[in-house]
Amino acid sequence: MEEEYDVIVLGTGLTECILSGIFSVEGKKVLHIDRNDHYGGESASYNLTQIFNKFRPGKEVPQDLGRDRDWNVDMVPKFLMANGELTNILVHTDVTRYIEFKQISGSYVYRDGRVAKVPATEMEAIRSPLMGIFEKRRMKKFFEWLATYKADDPSTFQGMDLDSMSMNEVYAKFGLEPGTKDFIGHAMALQLDDSYLTMPARETVDRIVLYLQSVARYGKSPYIYPLYGLGELPQGFARLSAIYGGTYMLDKPVDEILYDDDGKFMGIRSGEEVAKAKICIGDPTYFPSKVRAGDKVIRAICVLKHPVSGCDNADSAQIIIPQNQVGRKHDIYTTVLSSNHNVVPKDHYLGMVSTVIETNAPHLEIEPAIKLLKPISETFMGIATLYEPLEDGKADNVYISRSYDATSHFETTTDDVKNIYRRITGKDLVLKKRPTVDEEQAAQA
Amino acid sequence: MTTPSTRYAQFKLVLLGESAVGKSSLVHRFVKDSFDEYRESTIGAAFLTQTVNVDENTTVKFEIWDTAGQERYKSLAPMYYRNANCAVVVYDITQAASLDRAKAWVKELQRQANESIVIALAGNKLDLESDREVDTSVAQSYADEAGLLFYETSAKSGENVLELFTGIAKKLPIDAAASRHRPVPKGVDLSKPSPSSGSGACNC
Repeated sequence: MEEEYDVIVLGTGLTECILSGIFSVEGKKVLHIDRNDHYGGESASYNLTQIFNKFRPGKEVPQDLGRDRDWNVDMVPKFLMANGELTNILVHTDVTRYIEFKQISGSYVYRDGRVAKVPATEMEAIRSPLMGIFEKRRMKKFFEWLATYKADDPSTFQGMDLDSMSMNEVYAKFGLEPGTKDFIGHAMALQLDDSYLTMPARETVDRIVLYLQSVARYGKSPYIYPLYGLGELPQGFARLSAIYGGTYMLDKPVDEILYDDDGKFMGIRSGEEVAKAKICIGDPTYFPSKVRAGDKVIRAICVLKHPVSGCDNADSAQIIIPQNQVGRKHDIYTTVLSSNHNVVPKDHYLGMVSTVIETNAPHLEIEPAIKLLKPISETFMGIATLYEPLEDGKADNVYISRSYDATSHFETTTDDVKNIYRRITGKDLVLKKRPTVDEEQAAQA
Repeated sequence: MTTPSTRYAQFKLVLLGESAVGKSSLVHRFVKDSFDEYRESTIGAAFLTQTVNVDENTTVKFEIWDTAGQERYKSLAPMYYRNANCAVVVYDITQAASLDRAKAWVKELQRQANESIVIALAGNKLDLESDREVDTSVAQSYADEAGLLFYETSAKSGENVLELFTGIAKKLPIDAAASRHRPVPKGVDLSKPSPSSGSGACNC
């Protein structure tokens, strides 16, 4: 450890591991440390023992819950968009060779007290119980436009200026109703609140297109999920980093961050050992004085012994409850997973509910989602504060990531990765394609 | 180079052992039939494949995972052990302590890997016989007791390296695995181009 490195990375959350992998591939000498004895930081997946240690310290793990390692429960529930940026990074770095992905079976939305599939094609719009007959026709027109839409070709915008028009105005052009806007904006564009309605439409349109293209990729839903849980993602990128020379130390306390006389990062001390570098990347837990607290998120892990009837008994699903539907300012997200994803033992299901807290009784806020999951055999509930760095890191060369937010996918995480990369290097991240196993083999032959 | 055989199966093999006992060198000898005295710690391709012919009509392909140095500070991820069908736990016959570490790795495998995993213990650096610290009989009796295959090898001379991997191949459940010609992913292939890629190549 007592050496000079190019970059020291603190915490093995997904953001840190992706950056560690990217910098190692670029030839930088990386030291990657975590004070925990496992990979993943806040974005880890826990086994039974770890779950009980976290949520019920001192309590025995019940015998009937099965083997420890059959449980891989995400501490931050999310899915990958099949056509999203994380998928792109996984393919470019060929981290896909370490991880198997499965499709999520369905994407659902809550409207007027019931749950229904989010339509993603013109045909599905026609059949959807979410809309009346006239609204279906308007929705079909909206889909027809999106099918021809090309982000870089304004001639496909049907005369709209998406950079000046608001999303509300776009909805108005197609004559879409408020309830339809709810599921388009929240279950397809995956906006967290309604502020998007008055903002320029382009971002939301691009998000809807990402959703539709992601559905088109594998068919059932726009989402994919790694077998054995999201904790595989940081592990995969850590392996990439290690293969390109990155040094990994888990279970290693960081006792002091060292700065030079100008206040610039110089290294870290762990016990008697000192490691030096000019640049540090870390998650907020390593820099409590350099981050500000933002929203709080409640996350409930519900162990079920039955599939969720509201989503056609699927082995996996996302259910979004748009804020307007339950008189809130933030959507409630629910993900459903099962033993098919190797995250729980056979015949078990996992329902994970999360939302941004708005009141003093957060457990009541998630009740509409909890109702959809009942009966529930075990619930583990936790509240997390979201942190973000106070500064961009250029003054002290300490580049801090943001907490994993309440969104249901990783698009904001990869935005943070790209943002940190740009802050450090002054350049945009351009991923080079890493050879696949087959290409490596061919080169060796 | 391999004649078409009637039975073919692919298995994940993981390497374990203390640093500098010759894990990568063993694989290098097996995969490329070469040896580099001054081999650096593992960098770059740490994922290799090689086939062995168990008999006239049976071929086994190993998908070999190297530790990529993550074993040095006890930082191997659970992913490493996940779905491993077989493991080579390496020690250095000239370093008695390396056998103790090997025993600890075997315990770790039994805790983290599939119950059916085939484990081989390899006492490497057989070419350095004059510096030997671990008696063959001592390691052999430990291997017998723990139910491991046991070989003494030299990555440098090549002695017993092919025998080691062939020995493992013979222990693997080939018939059960042969039906799946490749480890066909249960899931989706992310590298498959998107059907509606629009502007084509990404410039992420």
